[in-house]
Amino acid sequence: MDIKDIIKPENLVYKKTELMTDNVLSYCPGCGHGTAHRIAMEVIEEMGLTEDTIGVAPVGCSVLAYDFMNIDMQQASHGRAPAVATGIIRTWPDKIVFTYQGDGDLAAIGTAETIHACNRGENIVIIFVNNGIYGMTGGQMAPTTLPNMKSSTSPFGRDVETMGAPLKMTELVALLPGTNFVTRHAVHSPGHVRKAKKALRKAFQNVKDKKGTQLIEIVSNCNSGWKMTPVDSNEWMVENMFPFYPLGDIKVDGKIVKELH
Amino acid sequence: MAELKLMKGNEAFGEALIREGVDGYFGYPITPQSEVIEYLMTELTHERTGMVTLQAESEIAAINMVYGAAASGKKSATSSSSPGISLKQEGISYLAGAELPCLMLNVVRGGPGLGTIQPSQADYFQATKGGGHGDYHMYVLAPASVQEMADFVEDGFDIAYKYKTPVMLLSDGVIGQMMEKVMIKEQKPRLTDQEIHEKHGDWATIGRIGGRERNIITSLYLKSDQMEEHNQKLQAKYKKMEEDDCRWEEIQTEDADYIIVAYGSSARISQKTIQLAREKGIKLGVLRPITLFPFPKKPISELANRVKGFLAVEMSAGQLVEDVRLTVNGKVKVEHFGRNGGIIPSPVEVLEAIEKLIKE
Ligand SMILES: Cc1ncc(C[n+]2csc(CCOP(=O)(O)OP(=O)(O)O)c2C)c(N)n1
Ligand code: SF4
Repeated sequence: MDIKDIIKPENLVYKKTELMTDNVLSYCPGCGHGTAHRIAMEVIEEMGLTEDTIGVAPVGCSVLAYDFMNIDMQQASHGRAPAVATGIIRTWPDKIVFTYQGDGDLAAIGTAETIHACNRGENIVIIFVNNGIYGMTGGQMAPTTLPNMKSSTSPFGRDVETMGAPLKMTELVALLPGTNFVTRHAVHSPGHVRKAKKALRKAFQNVKDKKGTQLIEIVSNCNSGWKMTPVDSNEWMVENMFPFYPLGDIKVDGKIVKELH
Repeated sequence: MAELKLMKGNEAFGEALIREGVDGYFGYPITPQSEVIEYLMTELTHERTGMVTLQAESEIAAINMVYGAAASGKKSATSSSSPGISLKQEGISYLAGAELPCLMLNVVRGGPGLGTIQPSQADYFQATKGGGHGDYHMYVLAPASVQEMADFVEDGFDIAYKYKTPVMLLSDGVIGQMMEKVMIKEQKPRLTDQEIHEKHGDWATIGRIGGRERNIITSLYLKSDQMEEHNQKLQAKYKKMEEDDCRWEEIQTEDADYIIVAYGSSARISQKTIQLAREKGIKLGVLRPITLFPFPKKPISELANRVKGFLAVEMSAGQLVEDVRLTVNGKVKVEHFGRNGGIIPSPVEVLEAIEKLIKE
């Protein structure tokens, strides 16, 4: 049997979503960004939102998201995606608007924009990829970098006495009345990918129903910035990141469902 | 219906935004321009026309809201005063880089730093030379009356859409705060969603309607040849603005021996100086740049062939004067008279400066 004989609709088990372009991903092999992109696009396609969705990707490794996400996209300056998204959703209240932000972006330079967009309850989905480091600029310390974790600007480990403790923005915004659904996921295993995708689907449904701000944190790896192999980085993430950034729902339907400390 | 009203410059600007059919205004309070957002909030813009008025958490957020709305084909505007405009610079650079149309108002106050809330024209360099990073310019209109605070809203948006570029009105505390009669134009309808699709659907990010190819708004060009090409495109646009859309007003220049170059409130004051000078037999005229970028090089260099000297009058330590000097290019003398710190020059002081120029 020739290979061409096997390529038939009835034999189809998996197909790349039309909403991912054929461009070669610029991400390092093994990086979680690609998977996060894919499930977001799958959700938009499956929910039939292609004609209504506008994405905003600010500066960070994923600033090139518009090369890969086959939907209308705006590139934003570092940290300002929630403000940019506010401008869109306020003038197009029936559209579906999401941001896709890194942790340096969302939790350092864009803290004010993030908190205030969440506090106003802007009807947007915020996809927050937390890899505990500045990936794009070459592995500097982020506000989310773990205590004692090494980076190029904390070469001897993050000293919380002088560099501050990691900032849990997700828990912080869950306390704001404007947020409706706040949850934390990962994409390093098929099971986790399924759960993260389910959460994204819920978030997009919620903005469709105009329920307010949705924040989906995806704890991810940065194998390049962490200077590890992709496999090691995922193991390190499970062992070190998850205890500090525990996975699961924090706020559902506007109610905090988890003890916050 | 058009209406004659007595209004402050800032309020006239606000009313003109509503009547222009603007979709979104995003601002942050700062003296001497807070009346703009106060006026819009009091007018319940959303009820009047569907226009969104939002108080942002900072000027940075406000300019990025403008970016988001403009990139989605919505007519959007912001206003601020000097320190706030400084904060907006990164956003303005992105707007210019991504070629997005929008309107901004700077009601200039004295600086540097927190400076003073009194009027000033010390943000000329910032407005005309780019202000933020990279090789770009805004189209800059300088209103000299409450009427122009209103009229330049429509003119500004026309240019913003013609060139897909950010436009700034460079005003000052005098024009923003003073009350004058103003003819407000009749209400223009806001574009419907359908009209936005038709007019801007080829570039604006409003969703892949009808399964069209995706639209992308970006100012990122990682390959140097593409970055250079983009810069050349921007420069060609600025050149075209200079050729087709440079504006100025000449007051009694026909027989003038000396010319004051002044914009905004300084131009108003200098007009009075013409009268005082002519009573003394000095043939004085005023050239008022209406656009500060593009700068009216043509009429100034023509005048330089037949007058004896120029005086740049401005409420700054000497910014506009540099453009006048560059244009006159040594043909005749160019001097500067300025007050700063919020002090408004008097027509008599300006006359003294002219007399000094004549003597030297
Ligand atoms: C105003 C400004 N400051 C700094 C930078 C440089 N910069 C680009 S990306 C980045 C950090 C990105 O880190 P993160 O948001 O965590 O995303 P990641 O690359 O890790 O996915 C920084 C500091 C910039 N582009 N703009
Ligand atoms: S630098 Fe890190 S975050 Fe960026 S693509 Fe590489 S692995 Fe991913």
